[in-house]
Amino acid sequence: MSSDKSAEKYLNLKTKAKEKMESLNEKTVVMVGAATCGKAAGVIDTREALKDEIEKKGIDAQVVEVGCMGFCYAEPIVVISKPGFPSLCYGSVDEGLAVRLVEDYLVNDDPCFEYALVALEPNDYFPVFTDFPRGVYEKKIILEQCGFIDPEDIDHYLAEDGYEALAKTFEIQPEEVIESIKESKLRGRGGAGFPAGIKWDVCSKAQDDSKYVICNADEGDPGAFMDRSILESNPHQVIEGLIISAYAVGASKGYIYVRSEYPQAVRRVETALEQAREKGLLGDSILETDFSFDIEIFEGSGAFVCGEETALINSMEGIMGVPEHRPPFPASYGFRGKPTLINNVKTLSYVPHIIRKGVEWFKSIGTSDSPGTAVFALVGKVEYTGLVEVPMGTSLRNLIYDVGGGVPDEKDFKAVQIGGPSGGCLPESALDIPIDFDSLHEAGAIMGSGGLVVLNEDDCMVEIARYFLDFTQKESCGKCTFCRLGTKHMLDMLGEITRGEGELNHLDTLRELGEDIKKGSLCGLGKTAPNPVLTTLRYFKDEYEAHIKEKRCPALMCMHLLGFYIIPERCSKFCSACVGSCPTEAIYTRDDQLKAIDQEKCVKCNSCLFACPPEFYAVEKLSPAELVEEREREQG
Amino acid sequence: MSDKVTITIDDCKITAPEGEKLLWVALDNDIYIPNLCALKEKDRPSASCRLCFVEVKGISDPVTACTLPVTEGLVVKTRSPEVDRLVKTAFELLITDHRLGCKKCPANNSCELQKISKERGLKYKSKRFKPFEKDEPIDESMEQFIFDRSRCVLCGRCVWVDHHVAEVGAIGFSLRGIKRKVTTFGDYDLADSPCTECGECVKVCPVGALSFNE
Ligand SMILES: Cc1cc2nc3c(=O)[nH]c(=O)nc-3n(C[C@H](O)[C@H](O)[C@H](O)COP(=O)(O)O)c2cc1C
Ligand code: SF4
Repeated sequence: MSSDKSAEKYLNLKTKAKEKMESLNEKTVVMVGAATCGKAAGVIDTREALKDEIEKKGIDAQVVEVGCMGFCYAEPIVVISKPGFPSLCYGSVDEGLAVRLVEDYLVNDDPCFEYALVALEPNDYFPVFTDFPRGVYEKKIILEQCGFIDPEDIDHYLAEDGYEALAKTFEIQPEEVIESIKESKLRGRGGAGFPAGIKWDVCSKAQDDSKYVICNADEGDPGAFMDRSILESNPHQVIEGLIISAYAVGASKGYIYVRSEYPQAVRRVETALEQAREKGLLGDSILETDFSFDIEIFEGSGAFVCGEETALINSMEGIMGVPEHRPPFPASYGFRGKPTLINNVKTLSYVPHIIRKGVEWFKSIGTSDSPGTAVFALVGKVEYTGLVEVPMGTSLRNLIYDVGGGVPDEKDFKAVQIGGPSGGCLPESALDIPIDFDSLHEAGAIMGSGGLVVLNEDDCMVEIARYFLDFTQKESCGKCTFCRLGTKHMLDMLGEITRGEGELNHLDTLRELGEDIKKGSLCGLGKTAPNPVLTTLRYFKDEYEAHIKEKRCPALMCMHLLGFYIIPERCSKFCSACVGSCPTEAIYTRDDQLKAIDQEKCVKCNSCLFACPPEFYAVEKLSPAELVEEREREQG
Repeated sequence: MSDKVTITIDDCKITAPEGEKLLWVALDNDIYIPNLCALKEKDRPSASCRLCFVEVKGISDPVTACTLPVTEGLVVKTRSPEVDRLVKTAFELLITDHRLGCKKCPANNSCELQKISKERGLKYKSKRFKPFEKDEPIDESMEQFIFDRSRCVLCGRCVWVDHHVAEVGAIGFSLRGIKRKVTTFGDYDLADSPCTECGECVKVCPVGALSFNE
């Protein structure tokens, strides 16, 4: 393989890209975070306001659309790089603020620090990431460029050493690439944490005239959006990883399996593939070597189970997306019966970094058995929701309290649900567990694909378990007995418990059946579906018992076990806010002009609770529901 | 031809062609292992009924016999507390989704569920789970046979022979999860499908879902 030529060709591309970027940076650049999340938060209006105002004022500045920086709580996000100033990032930029930033900053040199979140480079005026706890604990590898480069312009990626790893790869033999990945101990980020190098090795050793590589971007977990964000923010990183994997195992065709509910990701990847082809980084004779490889996008129809690799392959072959027994594993018998390497978006994203910066560098981050970082979609009852990337081994406590800023509204932390719908709920006592594949598994949760939901005192653990099981039960393909029927029985029992119709022996049945479903199911969906139930039974059994024995929901969440009561001492004769808010006319005015609720008519919708003005704060939720009667009796 | 290997099932030494799936080796040697979905002609077992669990020496969790190729020296037990627990639960689950009433069932005395119940001493009534009380209309549109979906255990044998033996493609699976069912394209009666009434599917039905008219 003519590696000299490919190195030269690459250097050429990079030099040109750098020149272009330098000339771009000579003037003011305004970057707007326009991944799907930013757009949902209204960044299009912000962008238009910026553009209009810039034009109106006749300023020489360019507005560039970038991806997602991971600060969900502060969308829409805008970064302004003005020569002579540090680059500044602004949060919650609506049209009004956009106009003001142009006027005050771009025209008049006032950076409006009061609206800035963070500066991107060290400076004398404004704190940078590492001045915040989040910046101290975060370590960005695969999210590093997300939100800072234009995903629709390959030169942005090239200028940041993009595709250098690919050029480097061509200088070594495929076996050496595999050896590096093996040595790096990179583990699959699609859920199971299987060592990538071993899988690559098996696929490379499989004897066949054609092989495939597939990037799994199905991302079916509710609440998970890291793969989408990476594809929308830095698609070339994934593409580079996929090309390297293809070279390593000897594949000539690759697919990126994206769900069709991710139209913007699909579009950006398409653009990226096109640009990579134009630059000779994809297609025939890549970088003028004799290695040819191309990538196609396959749009999945969005079934959770189609993220499972054998179901994914079935769906690509045009048959029903149901899992198959393994072995044979796809690495030896996959798409169209050919050896097929399947890796997750994040797994592939690490590859260029490992090749470029070296195995030792990668192993120096994280823990010895799970090196590298973990990417989480941090959501729920936490101050700073968003996408975060921390070294493996970081404790859940650091992640939730330091990176996430803790539980808002002075509420008490109750649990963290980790690993998506098939993960587990861990209590306060588990917060010092270091995050890695093995220790989470031991605690009954899983790393999964990286969903992390923080729950507080207002969350009922029985209802949470029921909610997640409801998802997996609906997404079960129905092929195998345990998952099809077992999850339905579990769900029915949980429903009974949350309605106050449960029996104590349900708890043993739930545990036994959950264990059997885990052992007996055909695929990973069934093997993990009972986790939310099993972990809540393990850590929050008292809540289950309260529902069953006392018909009481301690978190005041399960509707059937609640009653609403208006406290006469707090209620005002002169206010009737609640009366109008009630959809069923259950609230009536008593003879003394105070309000009361007709329990027969009440549907427990919470409307009166929100309608009652804070100065009165007269509506009270009670559980068990009988408490209302008791109160009324006391009142006489 | 393939090499022979010697394996041990429940303390019996057995020789079998290397790579043959354990389930068939056992059944051929009159050692019963519960099963519903397995078909010998099918290369890739569907492994969906989850009844053929056995204990294999050196593997901690029970393994499905239909997917396990035999290798020299393999040591297998068809019964163990763990195996029995899984089989019992799987059987109980299937029964909750199956219309009972054996006396009126055309498969009475030839039904695989009855066989499993007898061999493993499993009851038709579950103490733990409430039955789903399946009650679907019976498809009586054909001359030769009827399809009673409420007795179907979704083993998929009929679908496979329809596609690979009869090569007709009249039936297939539709929907997912608890709603999964065997049906025709468009969910029409069999008479309005390409079905040729060859009866291959009826022959492989392990229960009384597909049965020939008297
Ligand atoms: C129900 C189910 C859903 C899955 N969904 C995904 C998914 O959305 N994305 C993904 O990469 N892997 C998913 N997986 C894991 C894949 O089967 C496979 O292990 C993974 O893509 C391998 O890549 P990795 O080794 O890089 O993790 C899922 C597995 C199961 C059982
Ligand atoms: S475990 Fe669930 S999703 Fe997986 S094959 Fe069985 S029924 Fe389908």
